[in-house]
Amino acid sequence: MKLPPFEYACPATINEAVALLAGHGGEAKPLAGGQSLMPMMAFRIAQPSLLVDLRKLPGLKEIKIGADGVRLGALVRWRDILDDKRLDAAHPLLKEAISHVAHYQIRNRGTVGGSCAHADPASEMPGIAQTCEATFSVIGKAGARTIKAADFFQGALTTALKPDEIVTEIHLPAWPAQRRYGFQEFARRRGDFAMAGIALYYDVEGGKAANAHIGVFGVGDCQRRLPKAEAALNGHTVDDALAVKVGEAAAAEVEPQEDIHASSAYRRALTGTLAERALKAAAAR
Amino acid sequence: MKNTFIGQPMERREDMRFLRGRGEYVDDVAMPGLLYAVILRSSVAHGRLISIDASAALKVPGVHSVITAADMPGGPPIVPMRLQPLPEFKPFEQPVIAHDKVRYVGEPIAVVLASSVAIGEDALEAIAVEIEDLPAVADWQTAAKNKSVLFEKPGTNRSLVFQARKGDADAAFANAPYVRREHLRTGRHYGLTMEPRGVMATWDDAAGKLTVYGAAKVPFFNRRILSAQIKLPVESIEMIENDVGGGYGARGEFYPEDFLIPFAARHVRRPVKWIEDRRETLMAMNHAREEECDLEVACARDGTILAIRGEVHTDMGAYMRTNGAVGARNVSQFMAGPYRVPHVKIDSSLWMTNKTPVGTYRGPGRFEANFFLERMIDMIAADLGIDRIDFRRKNLITSAEQPYPIAHVQPTDARDEYDSGEYSETLERALKEIDWPKLSKLQGKLIDGKYHGLGVVCFIEGGGAGPKESARIEVNKDGTLSVYMGTSSVGQGVETVFAQIAADALEVPVERIHHVYHGSTAYVSDGYGAYHSRSTVMGGSAVLDATNNFMATLRQAAGKRLGCAESNVALDIDKVTGGGRSMELSEFAELTAEGAFLNKKHTYSYGAHVAHITVDARLGRIEIVDYVVVQDVGRAVNPLTVKGQVLGSLVQGLGGAVLEDLKYDENGQFLTGSLADYLLPTATDFPNLRCVVLDDYPSPINPLGVKGAGEGGIIAAGGCMANAVANALQSFGAQPLQLPLTPTYIWELVQAGQKQAAE
Ligand SMILES: Cc1cc2nc3c(=O)[nH]c(=O)nc-3n(C[C@H](O)[C@H](O)[C@H](O)COP(=O)(O)OP(=O)(O)OC[C@H]3O[C@@H](n4cnc5c(N)ncnc54)[C@H](O)[C@@H]3O)c2cc1C
Repeated sequence: MKLPPFEYACPATINEAVALLAGHGGEAKPLAGGQSLMPMMAFRIAQPSLLVDLRKLPGLKEIKIGADGVRLGALVRWRDILDDKRLDAAHPLLKEAISHVAHYQIRNRGTVGGSCAHADPASEMPGIAQTCEATFSVIGKAGARTIKAADFFQGALTTALKPDEIVTEIHLPAWPAQRRYGFQEFARRRGDFAMAGIALYYDVEGGKAANAHIGVFGVGDCQRRLPKAEAALNGHTVDDALAVKVGEAAAAEVEPQEDIHASSAYRRALTGTLAERALKAAAAR
Repeated sequence: MKNTFIGQPMERREDMRFLRGRGEYVDDVAMPGLLYAVILRSSVAHGRLISIDASAALKVPGVHSVITAADMPGGPPIVPMRLQPLPEFKPFEQPVIAHDKVRYVGEPIAVVLASSVAIGEDALEAIAVEIEDLPAVADWQTAAKNKSVLFEKPGTNRSLVFQARKGDADAAFANAPYVRREHLRTGRHYGLTMEPRGVMATWDDAAGKLTVYGAAKVPFFNRRILSAQIKLPVESIEMIENDVGGGYGARGEFYPEDFLIPFAARHVRRPVKWIEDRRETLMAMNHAREEECDLEVACARDGTILAIRGEVHTDMGAYMRTNGAVGARNVSQFMAGPYRVPHVKIDSSLWMTNKTPVGTYRGPGRFEANFFLERMIDMIAADLGIDRIDFRRKNLITSAEQPYPIAHVQPTDARDEYDSGEYSETLERALKEIDWPKLSKLQGKLIDGKYHGLGVVCFIEGGGAGPKESARIEVNKDGTLSVYMGTSSVGQGVETVFAQIAADALEVPVERIHHVYHGSTAYVSDGYGAYHSRSTVMGGSAVLDATNNFMATLRQAAGKRLGCAESNVALDIDKVTGGGRSMELSEFAELTAEGAFLNKKHTYSYGAHVAHITVDARLGRIEIVDYVVVQDVGRAVNPLTVKGQVLGSLVQGLGGAVLEDLKYDENGQFLTGSLADYLLPTATDFPNLRCVVLDDYPSPINPLGVKGAGEGGIIAAGGCMANAVANALQSFGAQPLQLPLTPTYIWELVQAGQKQAAE
């Protein structure tokens, strides 16, 4: 479990970083917190010829909060999110989700950009990005562009990023103070990747749920929203009976995989249970 | 002065060394000219080895050489069995490196020697291996079909059937008023050590001497094996024990690497070090436990157990390793647990499969047997309308019946008997500790979305394997004393415990015992090591004998020098007195005496587990509210270290009960190659555990009265948790019959219960 041979560079500007990535024909990889990339290299699942360390790039470590929402620099760590008191109001769902990520040591290094670029189907941040319709800012050889979360995540460990592109920022739209939200996940041990998880929110209009967003992670090959479950929620008064219905809709519309930790049938039922409970929690807030 | 260090909860003298990072593990040992060994392991479960081409690997800068079976004249030696070395097992023993076939994912194929581990791993990718796939045997049921056989010569995948017999079970069943039969199984676990294995070897060509570092557990045995394999007299081999980060039965047995690394060192005349990494250890160190059984219990209507009968099948993996038969043997002999069972008939089959071979893991066969029988007892008590605690009370062996004969196992001819104890006392104490009368109202209740359940089981733990252990006492230059042991440390705190015993026997302050040396072949003439919870029983008794011999030797020497009768000589801390005169003990530096303890009988500590859990039936999640283990260990030399043993082994047992399972697919591909897949308990998983250590019934078979105590926490954890889950989910009629109790499995039990209720 030793790393394969590789070159290392630690550029001071984004342009340099992009040039290094572009110059290696897909063989180079950005290095952020290293909490996914290093284990993959130790297992020799990934063998990049060059690591481009992003740590000196300016401006990527900030959390900006404004009228248009929350902007997370790509190098913002889990720890930074959990320590930021402003986020309690500016994005409580994000904060709650991130409290479930991994363990203390890993949260001190792992970054939002790394997590999204890595795109593990069971990770929380891409789940939040999908649920909240985040937008990714990226820079590559061809220049800067933005990518909607729905287009960014394409499958297990697969994103819309080109090999020379670096995520610079993740934008989460503004969070109204009255918004209801819930977050539920279940892992076999605390800090493990979840067997299934649900992030959801809705706004209340005339006593009824509106603008429902329900996202699932850990189920299927990609974080995604659950439009049928959202439809079951929109326009209704939220009570326990509705929560059960929304849960059933969620369970019905996922395509759960089977692995050594959970059968597919169990995962489907779990999705429904978590959606039901997340909605109950949201209504109780 | 009369000491009473024995019985005191003394802090472990080893701890400061470890806590300050001053331990010295085998990987800490440096050596000039060192080469690092990296092992190419089979990625194929079952196949014919056609060719190995290492030429490209040899061109990788920094690679020194690549060793394969072809470098071993006469073919690779075989690793013989240490325990139960029956002729039946011979054809199934493991060659130190694959030569004609590969039989499991992880089997060594080649050894790369390089200037760093990283370079060695680079070179692995450059070795071209051609393997012709054979159909994999991935479970015992496939093995039993004997369509694909692992070993052509014996032509069968069943290496043996152990038969445990007592009385006439068939007759008892024929007349029994009540019989229940169940099919149960346990997961595949292993004794994961915090520090993986490691071997470093140096070869002194001029002296013809081999030194092997990283020895653990049974260095004297291993030296004999190595000596025969490598064709060197035992005196030319020294085994050095470094600090050992855990053993659990697995670490320290003789594995292929225990030959390959010394062989490599001699082959290239350079020191060679191999440190197992986490991925390797999961597929290279012994697996354990995967057992399945059909068990029948016959009872009288009043709940008296009349007989047990059944068949057990153990998934042995690909080879019979040194202690690989122990689990399958124990499960048959100890199926009856601490209960009075007059008639026993268990057939235990050992099936060879294309998986990592099995060996012992803390509580081998006992964890499984306890789960099998205790799970059934709860079901049977319910059938008969008897309270499950009363059922146990009725059948537990009493002290009046001790020594109590247990089943006799063939073909090993193992006859055995329990030694002492009033087993129900630990049960009563456990019930009192957890306040059972109060909690019993919660059984099956749904509170805040969680079902409450109580589990209760009783267990027996065997320990103190003979035949012998050695100890030696020596006077140091500064007048302190050292104790040298034939047993080993695998982290149990033996340095503290042996110091307590020696200090009491010599009537000196415990600080006078300057150091306790153990585990290396240079310290005593012969030693047997650390397994079967034997170190304190056998080693401690050997220390007593050594102190007797030491005092006799000292009296003889001092009598002459003090000019007094030997009988007048006394040891007074750091002085030797006699005839009104006194000398410093330091003047007797290097005076030494060895002692030994010989014993063929076993000790049996015993106890009870009681658990209060909750189950979230929709998630399948279990949480422990309270958990108490009560264990009677005969005599607790150090209550602190005993508690550490009980709680540590309990956490391991809970891991096996709810988390751990080594998995393979139907092609024999290994699916749990990292700790993200093989789930060990972590610090936050089981916070609410307690234990009570009793020493009310000393063992009559050793002078200290001590019993082995390293396994009681693990043995009953699976049974207790499964019973607690059944109790919590009684409204669904849930009866867990397999471990681990995963969320998926619990959810399935609930689903099945709901479906049945709907029909
Ligand atoms: C034991 C363990 C448990 C874990 N549990 C969880 C968990 O429960 N939930 C969870 O979400 N995660 C978990 N993780 C993963 C962890 O959160 C990682 O930190 C995260 O997935 C990756 O972030 P990183 O900054 O470490 O990225 P790195 O490992 O540095 O990089 C990951 C990948 O992203 C690429 N990359 C990194 N930054 C950028 C960028 N700005 N632009 C483009 N590409 C980039 C890299 O090239 C690489 O391919 C766990 C990890 C471990 C080791």
